[in-house]
Amino acid sequence: MMSPTSPTPPPRKQIHLAAHFPGVNNTTVWADPGSGSHIAFSSFAHLARTAERGLFDFFFLAEGLRLREHKGRIHDLDVVGRPESLTVLSALAAVTERLGLAATVSATFNEPYELARRLASLDHLSGGRAAWNVVTTSDAFTGENFRRGGYLDRADRYTRAAEFVATARELWDSWTADGQPRPFAHRGEHFAVHGEFTVPRSPQGHPVVIQAGDSPEGREFAASAADVIFTRHSGAEAGRAFYADVKGRLARYGRRPGDLKIMPGVTFVLGDTAAEAQEHAAEIRRRQVSPQHALLALEQVWGVDLSAYDPDGPLPDIDPDPHGELAQGRVRIADPKAVADKWRALSRAKGLSIRETVIETTGRQSFIGTAQDVAAQMDAFVQTDAADGFILVPHLTPGGLDPFVDRVVPLLQERGVFRTEYSGATLRSHLGLPEPARTGGKGGRP
Amino acid sequence: MSAPRPPLRLAVALDAPPGSGAPVPYDAQHFVALARRAERGALDFVTLGDSFARPGLDAPAVLARVAPATDHIGLVPTVTTTHTEPFHVSTAVATLDWVSRGRAGWAVAVSTTEADAALFGRRAAAPPAEVWREAGEVADVVARLWDSWEDDAEIRDRAGGRFIDRDKLHHVDFTGSSFAVRGPSIVPRPPQGRPVTLVDVPPAAGPAGVPGAGETTDVSDRAVREVAAAHADVALVRADDPQTAGAARAELRARARALGRDPDLLLVLASLPVELAGPADAAGLAELLGDWHAAGAADGFHLRPADPARDLALLVDGTVPALRDRGLRPPGRPGGTLRDHLGLPRPASRYAPAREGS
Ligand SMILES: Cc1cc2nc3c(=O)[nH]c(=O)nc-3n(C[C@H](O)[C@H](O)[C@H](O)COP(=O)(O)O)c2cc1C
Repeated sequence: MMSPTSPTPPPRKQIHLAAHFPGVNNTTVWADPGSGSHIAFSSFAHLARTAERGLFDFFFLAEGLRLREHKGRIHDLDVVGRPESLTVLSALAAVTERLGLAATVSATFNEPYELARRLASLDHLSGGRAAWNVVTTSDAFTGENFRRGGYLDRADRYTRAAEFVATARELWDSWTADGQPRPFAHRGEHFAVHGEFTVPRSPQGHPVVIQAGDSPEGREFAASAADVIFTRHSGAEAGRAFYADVKGRLARYGRRPGDLKIMPGVTFVLGDTAAEAQEHAAEIRRRQVSPQHALLALEQVWGVDLSAYDPDGPLPDIDPDPHGELAQGRVRIADPKAVADKWRALSRAKGLSIRETVIETTGRQSFIGTAQDVAAQMDAFVQTDAADGFILVPHLTPGGLDPFVDRVVPLLQERGVFRTEYSGATLRSHLGLPEPARTGGKGGRP
Repeated sequence: MSAPRPPLRLAVALDAPPGSGAPVPYDAQHFVALARRAERGALDFVTLGDSFARPGLDAPAVLARVAPATDHIGLVPTVTTTHTEPFHVSTAVATLDWVSRGRAGWAVAVSTTEADAALFGRRAAAPPAEVWREAGEVADVVARLWDSWEDDAEIRDRAGGRFIDRDKLHHVDFTGSSFAVRGPSIVPRPPQGRPVTLVDVPPAAGPAGVPGAGETTDVSDRAVREVAAAHADVALVRADDPQTAGAARAELRARARALGRDPDLLLVLASLPVELAGPADAAGLAELLGDWHAAGAADGFHLRPADPARDLALLVDGTVPALRDRGLRPPGRPGGTLRDHLGLPRPASRYAPAREGS
C-alpha cells in the first residue's frame, strides 16, 4: 500500500499502536451476534495475531482481582471473568513473533521477587517482548481475596509501586554482563529482601514498564519510572494538556521527552461514509447502554436503589445520597450531585429519557468516520502532541480489530506515520526505547 | 465389579535432576522440543519442577508457552504455596487449563528455607510440617475457587441484559490458619472443572520408622501424605522397589478412604529416576514397569530422566512401543483433556447441588 513515488514529506512523528483485549465493562458489546468467547484461548490468539498483522507495538491485557459488585451482588450486566494475564501472554508468545505482550499486574497484591521473576520469564520466553502495566489498588474490597488484605493506605499506593519497580529493576540488573548472578539486597520502607535472582538478564534488560493512573502522584511516578503511560485522556484538548504536563515532569529525572510514550485508550467506529459510521456508532452506543445498564449508571451516581424507575422515563427528582455505596470495585464519582444536576438539565433540555441521557453522556467513541477520516484524525492527534500513539479498545471480541488493521493501518502507512515492517525484535525497539543501563547492583535508576 | 485392568499411566519430568550439572535452559524452544517428543510417545503428562531458589524460568510460564505448541500432552508445573498468594495460584493454574484446552495440572510444593523467605521478606521460614499443612489449605481453597463459577454461569441473556447468572457464582469465604479468601474467582471455571492436583510424596517411613530419620521428618512426611490423601488427584511416590511403592499406595488409598474420598480417584504413580544407555535399556524398562504394575505397586509411573533429551527419545522409541505391545498403553486417546488421559472424571462444582436442592 506504500506509494514510493509520493514526494518525501518532512519527517513526521511516528504513531505507536497497541491493542487492548476487550474489557469487562460496557464498552464491550457481548450481546452482538458477532461476539465470541471472552475466555477461550482462540479469542486471545485471534486478536493478538490481528494486532501483529497490523504491525502493532503491543497487545494489552487489563486486570481486576475482585469481581465487581453492585448492591451486594456480583455485577452481571457486562462481561464477567477473564484469564490471568501473564499466563495468557506466555501462551501468546507461541503464536506471535514480534508483538509486544503487556500484562496489567497490581503492585499492591504481589511481591517484587516473584513478579520480577515472572516478568523476566515472559521476556525470555517471548524473545524480549514483555511489558508490565503497573497498577495500584488500595481498596479493602479487593484485599479480601488476599493474605495481604486491604490495609494499604491510599497515600502509600504509589510509594509502594515506585519502590516495587525500583526493586524489580535491581533484580533484573543483578546478573553481570558475562552472565553470572550476583547477590542482591534491598531494604526500604515497603520491602526488605535479599538473596540471588535465579533468572539471567532478559533480552530487553528490563521489560517495558507502563503506568495507568491519573493523579499527580501517578503522573510523577510515571515520569520517574515508566516507559509508557496508558491514559484515559482521549480528547484532543485534554490530551494536549496531559501530554504537556507529563512530558514536563521528565527533565527532573534526567529523562528526555521521547523516553516516555503517552498512549490514550481509544475506541473507533468505521463506515464507508461518514454518515454510515455515525449511524453505526449510535447503534453501538445503544447496545452498550441496555435499559439495565442505564439504571445501573444512574445508581452509580445517585448511590441509592433506583430499580423502580423506568429506563424509558424521566430522571429521578430526588438528589443523590453522597454517602451511598452501592458499587464495589469501581472508581468513585467525586461529586455525584453535580453530575446528577448536569444529567437532569440535559434530559430536560432535549427531552431525553433515562436511557437516552446515559447514552448521550457516556462513552462517545473517540474516532468515528471513514478509514480516511480516522487515519487523518489520529495522525493530527499525534502530530499536535496530544499523544504518541493509541491503545485501541475494540468493542467486539475477537474480530473487533480486523477492520482497523485492514483499512486504517495501510492509510497510516501511506501517510508515512506508521511502520511498514517491524525493524527490531523487541518491544523496546518497536517503541524506540533505549536498552536500560545496567546499574551497579545497588539501587534502581535515578 | 471386576473392570478390565486400567492402563499404566505414564509421565515424564522435563527438568534434569538437581545436581546433574546440565546447563540450565532459558529458551522456549528447548522445552517445546522436549514436550513434543513426549507427546509423540503419547505420554499422559510432563512435569516441570520449580522453586524460587532454583535457577530457571517460572515453570507455569514455561508450560503456558509450550501449550499452543502441543496438542495432547498434559502440562504439570510445580507451584509453591508458601509465599505465593493462594488466589494467584488458583488463577494461574486455571488459566493454564484454558490456554491448553484442558491439559493443565499443578504439583503442590512448599518453601522451607530461610533463603526463600528472605527473597520475599514477608514471613520467616517455618517447619515443613507447618508449611505443608498450609499447602493443604491452599490446595483446598484453590479447588474451591475453581468451583466458584458453575459450568453454565455464562448465559448471555440478551433480553434480560445479563452476561452471567450470578446465582451460579459463589463466594468461597475460606478461612485458613494463615489466610482468608473471599472469592469468587475472577477466572471462569476451567475446561477440566478442576485441573489435576499432584503431590510428590516422600518415601514411606515404614511401620517402625526409618532409623536415623528424626521425629520432625516423620511429622512433616505425614503432613505431605495427609495433603496428598485429602487433595491430590495424582500422588507421586519415590520408591526403590515395588513392595515399598505398593505399601505407600495402599496407605494413601486407605487414608483417602478414611477422609471420605473414593480411593480410585487418587492415582498413585511411582516416581523413578531413569538413565537409558540404549534401546535394550528402554525395552528392559518396559519389562520392569510392566512387572511393577502387575504387582499392584502403582497406577503408573513418573520417570525422571538423567538426561531428558536423550532418555526421552529412547523412552518414546523403545519403552512406549514395548508397553503398547503388552497392552499396557492405549493405542489411541479417549479424549482431549489430562483428566481424560488419566481416566479421571470431570468433577462437578461443589456449589452446584446446593442450588438445585434449594
Ligand atoms: C487508563 C487506565 C487503566 C487502568 N487499568 C487498570 C487495570 O487494568 N487494573 C487495575 O487494577 N487498575 C487499573 N487502573 C487503575 C489505576 O491503577 C489506579 O488505581 C487508579 O487510576 C487510581 O490511581 P490515580 O488516583 O493515580 O488515578 C487504570 C487506570 C487508568 C487511568
